Amino acid sequence: MIEIEAVSHRIGQVTILDHVGTRLPRGAMTALIGPNGAGKSTLLNLVARLLPLQEGRIAVEGLDVTRTPSRALALRMAVLGQDTAIGSRLRVRELVGFGRWPHHQGRPDPADAAAVLAALDAFGLTPLGARFLDELSGGQRQRAFVAMTFAQATDWLLLDEPLNNLDMAHARALMARLHSLVREEGKSVVLVVHEVNYAAAWADHIVALRDGRIVAEGPPAEVLTPAILCDIYGMEMAVTEHAGRPLVLHHI
Amino acid sequence: MRVSSWVLLALAPLSLASLMTGAASLDPSSLGADPRAWMLLMESRLPRTLAVLLTGAALAVAGVVMQQLVRNRFVEPGTIGTAESAAIGLLAITLIAPASPVWVKMLAASLAAMAGTALFLALIRRLPPREVLLVPLVGLILSGVLQSAATFVAWQTDLMQYLGIWLMTGEFSGVVAGRYALLWIAGAATCLAWVAADRLALLGLGEQTVTGLGLNPVAVMRLGLLVVALVTAMVVVTVGMVPFVGLVVPNVVARLMGDNLRATLPVVAAVGAALVLACDLLGRLIRYPYELPVGTVLGVLGSLLFLWLLWRPQRA
Ligand SMILES: Nc1ncnc2c1ncn2[C@@H]1O[C@H](COP(=O)(O)OP(=O)(O)OP(=O)(O)O)[C@@H](O)[C@H]1O
Ligand SMILES: [Mg+2]
Repeated sequence: MIEIEAVSHRIGQVTILDHVGTRLPRGAMTALIGPNGAGKSTLLNLVARLLPLQEGRIAVEGLDVTRTPSRALALRMAVLGQDTAIGSRLRVRELVGFGRWPHHQGRPDPADAAAVLAALDAFGLTPLGARFLDELSGGQRQRAFVAMTFAQATDWLLLDEPLNNLDMAHARALMARLHSLVREEGKSVVLVVHEVNYAAAWADHIVALRDGRIVAEGPPAEVLTPAILCDIYGMEMAVTEHAGRPLVLHHI
Repeated sequence: MRVSSWVLLALAPLSLASLMTGAASLDPSSLGADPRAWMLLMESRLPRTLAVLLTGAALAVAGVVMQQLVRNRFVEPGTIGTAESAAIGLLAITLIAPASPVWVKMLAASLAAMAGTALFLALIRRLPPREVLLVPLVGLILSGVLQSAATFVAWQTDLMQYLGIWLMTGEFSGVVAGRYALLWIAGAATCLAWVAADRLALLGLGEQTVTGLGLNPVAVMRLGLLVVALVTAMVVVTVGMVPFVGLVVPNVVARLMGDNLRATLPVVAAVGAALVLACDLLGRLIRYPYELPVGTVLGVLGSLLFLWLLWRPQRA
């Protein structure tokens, strides 16, 4: 479980997060939704100790993120940032290999190599392993970064907009894989998504943010209602049902 | 891998040629019999060749490290104020305690180089991340300011001659046995960079990714800073700054092999050593028996190399 208690974040005079408190369940997929600028990435980065915590308390499986050694956290949670632009000219397999860093600290053993191969294979990157990242398409690059996070083999995966740049088939494949990680391997996933229907179809728990506050949380059927969606996004949309889960008609 | 084997192949004949080339002639067959030939080799030719190799390798590696620190390919210790800072440190110690031993001077130069580079890193943290060209620009401005300060002080105190040697004309004609020992420290700093190659490569992924992998980016940056400052200070103290190596070699190698430093750093070091040695040799041969400073030759050769790199046909 990730506990978030009374977390506030300010940049200059602007309040980005305002007394956010919630619990993200273990062994489940949690979707963070909300409009641009709601504070989703900020919250995720605070949980992932990528931003210094200004106020409040965050603990991952009981480990306080401000006090636990960074490496110990890296063995428990892997993070994929929203902005994955890098200047380095690395090959795909080198990048994915860096995901194993917390395990080997520079001395990879055969198990690390196997984990890298498995991650490449899982995201259809095996034929691209020797390519430089700057010679890939946007979606292929995104998959390489997801594979790197995946190779870290942690109990928790924090993914900020992992579906960026992915086509329909790859987006669904990624969601299905995350789902099976949760169901079959008991992992916990927290991801930021903009397309609420991915949250509707795959997530077990949804946390909706707006203007730095949590405006709704709960299972998809409870959060994805016309009234709450209108409150979050400021626009009317119909919600129907498909296979027992909500289907949001936001595009028409 | 082809690149590395080519360069390693080139290093041996280059080194041999360097041992044989100079104003006084050296006959390899007489080495056993003629003590003067032996002395020429051990006192002058070998030190010079080693000094050139160490300088080239260390400066090229320092260039890579600098580029990882700022995540920008358009900088090297000579263009962002590190060399100028080292010179200021030397100036200061020469003025305050002119009789101090070499290691004190070396320490002063290293500390000043570290401070100057840290200042640069602090300055560029405030730049918008996407403005890649602002980084080298700020570096040029900073090094310009530092150089003016150094020039002013040197002018006032009649030390201009020294400053010229430290910053303008890196050259190796003065290197004899016992006069280049400090360069081994630059060599050691280069080894330190190799030990930390993975960490330095990770820096290129950005601070957030590094933190996410459980590594402290600040600690890695301190280490990189140490490498850059030590190499630059030792080179400035011993032979004077050699331009271009730290810029052109890392870029060439990154184009061909990428940025996985564990694999590329040895190649960077070898290419740097070979390039400076080739330029030093050329400098000795072009107007034989007079010498051109290595920096001048490097300027020409380095830019040709860079143009080739830009215009080279792309392979699929
Ligand atoms: N470095 C910064 N300086 C000032 N304001 C910032 C900075 N970073 C983020 N913000 C502001 O903080 C707020 C929350 O940003 P955040 O990135 O968390 O939003 P988000 O919910 O992830 O949005 P998106 O869906 O667009 O990714 C935004 O209003 C943004 O403008
Ligand atoms: Mg975001």
